[in-house]
Amino acid sequence: MMEQLLTDSLNTAPITGMVILSLIVVMINALKKEPLATEYWVSLVGIVINIGLAVWVFPERGTAFSGSVMTGGYASVTAIIFLTAAALTIMLARVYIDKIGANFGEFFHLILFVTTGMMSFAAGLDLLVTFVGLELMSIPLYVLAGITRRNLKATEAALKYFLLGAFSTGFFVYGIGLIYGMTGTTKILDIAQNINAYSSEPLFMVGAGLMLVGFAFKVGAVPFHMWVPDVYEGSPTMVSAFMSTGVKAAAFSALLLVFTATFDFMHSSINTVVAVLSVASMVIGNIVALSQKNFKRMLAYSSIAHAGYMLIGITAGGGVSIAGVLFYLVAYMLTNLGAFGIASFIENSDQTGTDIDDFRGLYQRHPALAVILGVFMFSLIGLPPFAGFFGKYYIFVAAIENGYTWLTIVGVITSMISVYYYLRVVVVMFFQPEGEQVQTARFGREGAFALAVAAAGVLLIGVFPSVVLDWVSALF
Amino acid sequence: MVPIHYYLILSAVMFITGVVGVLTRRNAIIIFMCIELMLNSVNLTFVAFSAYLGNETGQMFVFFIMAVAAAEAAVGLAIVIALFRNRQTVNINDVNILRW
Repeated sequence: MMEQLLTDSLNTAPITGMVILSLIVVMINALKKEPLATEYWVSLVGIVINIGLAVWVFPERGTAFSGSVMTGGYASVTAIIFLTAAALTIMLARVYIDKIGANFGEFFHLILFVTTGMMSFAAGLDLLVTFVGLELMSIPLYVLAGITRRNLKATEAALKYFLLGAFSTGFFVYGIGLIYGMTGTTKILDIAQNINAYSSEPLFMVGAGLMLVGFAFKVGAVPFHMWVPDVYEGSPTMVSAFMSTGVKAAAFSALLLVFTATFDFMHSSINTVVAVLSVASMVIGNIVALSQKNFKRMLAYSSIAHAGYMLIGITAGGGVSIAGVLFYLVAYMLTNLGAFGIASFIENSDQTGTDIDDFRGLYQRHPALAVILGVFMFSLIGLPPFAGFFGKYYIFVAAIENGYTWLTIVGVITSMISVYYYLRVVVVMFFQPEGEQVQTARFGREGAFALAVAAAGVLLIGVFPSVVLDWVSALF
Repeated sequence: MVPIHYYLILSAVMFITGVVGVLTRRNAIIIFMCIELMLNSVNLTFVAFSAYLGNETGQMFVFFIMAVAAAEAAVGLAIVIALFRNRQTVNINDVNILRW
């Protein structure tokens, strides 16, 4: 009994480790008055150790705690994605939170709590764990969105995120309730064994649909996307960066685990619903992004569009598309963190100065930043040899193999629309003269390092996709 | 014993009341109360199913939902207070620097 507990704790080491790390950082923050260096370094080193733990438990594929948490394999890979996103966010935000006056130690442990939540959300094999992970991820993010509490836009974004996030939780948990009532259990693997019998129960399918609504809110798919532009524009830039990469990655990982890998719903009526969500997200996200003047708001609509591309992978189902979606998540995470990071570097201390016009003449002031942002924009378009290209490629291949050629066609056409608004940023940076109020970028050594890591990652994955693909393939 | 349908219909009605409230009311506090109503209707669903199936998982789930709802209330009310200090209003129609 004790032995089993010990083994299970060791096999879930990344999650256990993150819980301990978060609590340590809370205590450091509570016990000392001077901010900030200790929290920063402890968080960073702790995250790196946890990445090591996740690699270490990778071969231990199975379940822990009587089948309620997944260990190794898929859980490790997703944990590494979230931990990397957290580490890059913390490094990119080091100078930024000073600049906007959010230099509280809370920033770090809230990020750590969010990461813990993401890991349990994506590794939960009991709907209870999934639900608690979802909330552990969401509640600290409501705080982070409004961490500059005297800023009008940030508090407004926090309120909107909170109200719509809690609203979507209601749907999610009502869905779980109905599924529990129909099956008598909340264990995903037990439900999956009799999934064909349950699939004919109307209430079970209503429950699954309500859970899908909850997921769609979290990934920001149309028509549940209303909060995305407002929240990404209003929140502090690095918080938006973490939301658009980490949270989206977590929600997609959990969606893959529950709906595609275990329930294998992808031959039922839910499949059609997901395909409709996907098309709506791609079309509306890309078209509305065309008219945006604010860089963060444009990236918000672009993130809706990217959710649409990833939903193509969810619709297609099967091992190839799981690998494709995970690959896309890695590519998107590096690209978008970098792009938001550069926006945070040139932002003013009152959180203004993120309009696309504020990027005018960036090439004259900071040639390196302009070139790197150009790389990120090309990766978001999906041009080779950048990471975004292979992300889209693998998803489209999976869709065609599973007979969804029409979805691929919609995806390619909307990608071509997106060229316009991504390239406009590049044109503004390189070819337009500087405005009157010139903002100097402030980022510090850590920021430069994290940005270099993100840019190198985008290039490396773009040139040698097998580096990531080998890890994310054949997880089930 | 009261048949399970009665509980399910009651909780569905409560849930829909909450959803309609969130979509139509304009006061942030009342919207938040409607969200709590939704979560409580879920609790009722879980308890009803739990008693019907003779299986305690559902009752355990309810405790987790209550804990989470309490945490959410703490954070949510703090956000509403921060907003009120900045704006002197909690009406979401007036909260519109960002287009809603």
